[in-house]
Amino acid sequence: MAEITLKDVVKRYGKVEVVHGINLDIAHNEFVVLVGPSGCGKSTTLRMIAGLEDISDGTISIGPEVVNDLPPRKRNISMVFQNYALYPHMSVRENLGFGLKIAKQDAATIKRRVDEAADILGLDALMDRTPAELSGGQRQRVAMGRAIVRHPEAFLFDEPLSNLDAKLRVQMRTEIKKLHQKVKTTVVYVTHDQVEAMTLADRIVVMKDGHIEQVGTPMDVFNHPVNTFVASFIGSPPMNLLPATVQNGTVVFSDGKSVPVPARLKDRVREGQEVIFGLRPDDLTPVGHGIAEAGDSARVALDIILSEPLGTETILYTTIAGQEAQGKMFGPRNVLPGETLEFDLAMDKAHIFDAESGKTVRLD
Amino acid sequence: MANKPPPFWQREKYTPYILLLPAILTLVFVVLLPLLFSLYTSFTGYRLIRPESLYQWVGLRNYERIFSDGDFWSAFGRTIIFLTIALNVEFLLGLGIALLINKITWGQRTLRTIMMFPMMFSPILVGYQFKFVFNDNIGILNNALQSLGLSDGAIPWLVDKYLANFAIIFAEVWMSTSVFAILLLAGLFAMPRDPLEAAKVDGCTPWQVFRHITLPFLMPFVFIAMTIRSLDVARAYDIVDVMTGGGPAGRTELLWTLIARTGYDNARMGQANAMAYVSIILSIAFTYYFFTKLIAARKYMGGAA
Ligand SMILES: Nc1ncnc2c1ncn2[C@@H]1O[C@H](COP(=O)(O)OP(=O)(O)O)[C@@H](O)[C@H]1O
Ligand SMILES: [Mg+2]
Repeated sequence: MAEITLKDVVKRYGKVEVVHGINLDIAHNEFVVLVGPSGCGKSTTLRMIAGLEDISDGTISIGPEVVNDLPPRKRNISMVFQNYALYPHMSVRENLGFGLKIAKQDAATIKRRVDEAADILGLDALMDRTPAELSGGQRQRVAMGRAIVRHPEAFLFDEPLSNLDAKLRVQMRTEIKKLHQKVKTTVVYVTHDQVEAMTLADRIVVMKDGHIEQVGTPMDVFNHPVNTFVASFIGSPPMNLLPATVQNGTVVFSDGKSVPVPARLKDRVREGQEVIFGLRPDDLTPVGHGIAEAGDSARVALDIILSEPLGTETILYTTIAGQEAQGKMFGPRNVLPGETLEFDLAMDKAHIFDAESGKTVRLD
Repeated sequence: MANKPPPFWQREKYTPYILLLPAILTLVFVVLLPLLFSLYTSFTGYRLIRPESLYQWVGLRNYERIFSDGDFWSAFGRTIIFLTIALNVEFLLGLGIALLINKITWGQRTLRTIMMFPMMFSPILVGYQFKFVFNDNIGILNNALQSLGLSDGAIPWLVDKYLANFAIIFAEVWMSTSVFAILLLAGLFAMPRDPLEAAKVDGCTPWQVFRHITLPFLMPFVFIAMTIRSLDVARAYDIVDVMTGGGPAGRTELLWTLIARTGYDNARMGQANAMAYVSIILSIAFTYYFFTKLIAARKYMGGAA
């Protein structure tokens, strides 16, 4: 049983504080993804859990035990590194078995567990090669195999897919998910790629500048971002964020155009409040080309600047109040630049953030 | 248009050889001919003071003589022991120094430079220096030991069989440990950090990390240093000659001090050359051994080192 608990965890390098007192509870067998832009402290946090970095303040526990002062070897965790970190002078078999050998397991156990891992990851044909003789994807697989043979309390992944090409990344992503379903264990997974976070996570932890911005299930974080940062970071193409002012029950953009305040947010806004109006491209669709008939919707005519056909949908670039915005056309037809289309704004999906704090006005 | 073939030195097929000719000629005159000449003299009774003896063909007699000569075998064996001890001590000390310097973050460059000082002195001067350090009457070592009350008599550092060999090895190690230290430090700098961290997470103690990850990575560097140093030590001459002259009574005689004595003091150049050839074969054997080890270690690294 290994739940992982971070309590007021701080990391300082000299005088510079890079992780500012974060709190996080990870449940047993949960797949948690730390996501955020480069340099936000994801790796540092993960490495503190692994024991590769000292914890400057606060406590980290794995299971019931506070591990602050335990070296990595006593934490019973496995880690998969971005650059694979295979042992170059050992064969694949030796790489896989190394941790067990160090743990003084007998040869029969080592062989059984190594073969089992090789089987799960499809490494059987590669067992006698050295890492230099493997492709990127194969090395990645060996690195994961090395992590699973030890049957650890938790797996830690630090951007394991970022060195792979796009196609392989998608394939390995699926494999990691399957692997987690087969080998039920607590996983902490670090990535800067929000698609990876969405697809893999039981729960997503969005980080920025050494703070946790939001913790929630992928759908929760996608549907109810707590602030503009999370709103723009999760989802692709990103949510449109348009500055506006609340006047007489309407949201008025800088060019004077306005839409009504979404019904469910009516009593969350003040008259005259400066806000950011947020709408995902999926919810800004030409009339007749939406996903579903919008309940609470507003209509605006918008000029098309550019269209990007993707087959099942087309991304439309337009401007609202002088600011670039993206919409989507489902069941697309050809759209020419310069064309003007009538758009539905799905107001029941719209978000309103306070302009000053960036926080959502929806407090529940 | 008669297609007359160009003169041969303009034909493409010969161009590489013509371009290589200066190098080939230099090698032939500077290396190959002297080697062949000395090989030839090792089959003659050549004595430096009697040039006409150069034509006195004696067949294998020089070799027969040295192979049945106890002094030669003593020097041969002593050279191998000397080399084994010096290389291992230098390796261990050099490894220790490299690991320490790799750890410190401040003043690393300065220490690296200081570490190389011993290499900057001529071996002859190092020899003189240690001759005076170890001198039994006026040497500072005995002086210090007596002042500190650690010994009451004069210890015969350069006279006693074991102490004299120890003193020479000490001087050699003092002078050349930095060869290992520098090469191993270069290896440590080139070492990737990830596998070390992976090993820590995989359950290794610091010692196990060193033993299973760091050391295998350093081995190619160790074997390069061993190759260089084995060539160096196998021809050791200057330090020994200055400190003890191979004496007393041949107790510190190495191959090359013996060869020099035979060739120059006793003027038996033919016999000296025979010994020199045996010594060269010894060097080649060591080089071959370390090179094989090096290639094996590098293959492990998958070409990474
Ligand atoms: N060893 C270090 N010394 C000083 N600063 C560091 C060190 N490692 C990371 N940092 C800083 O800490 C911050 C977080 O880094 P990191 O956790 O690697 O970010 P990421 O989220 O991209 O993984 C960055 O600003 C980085 O510059
Ligand atoms: Mg990182």
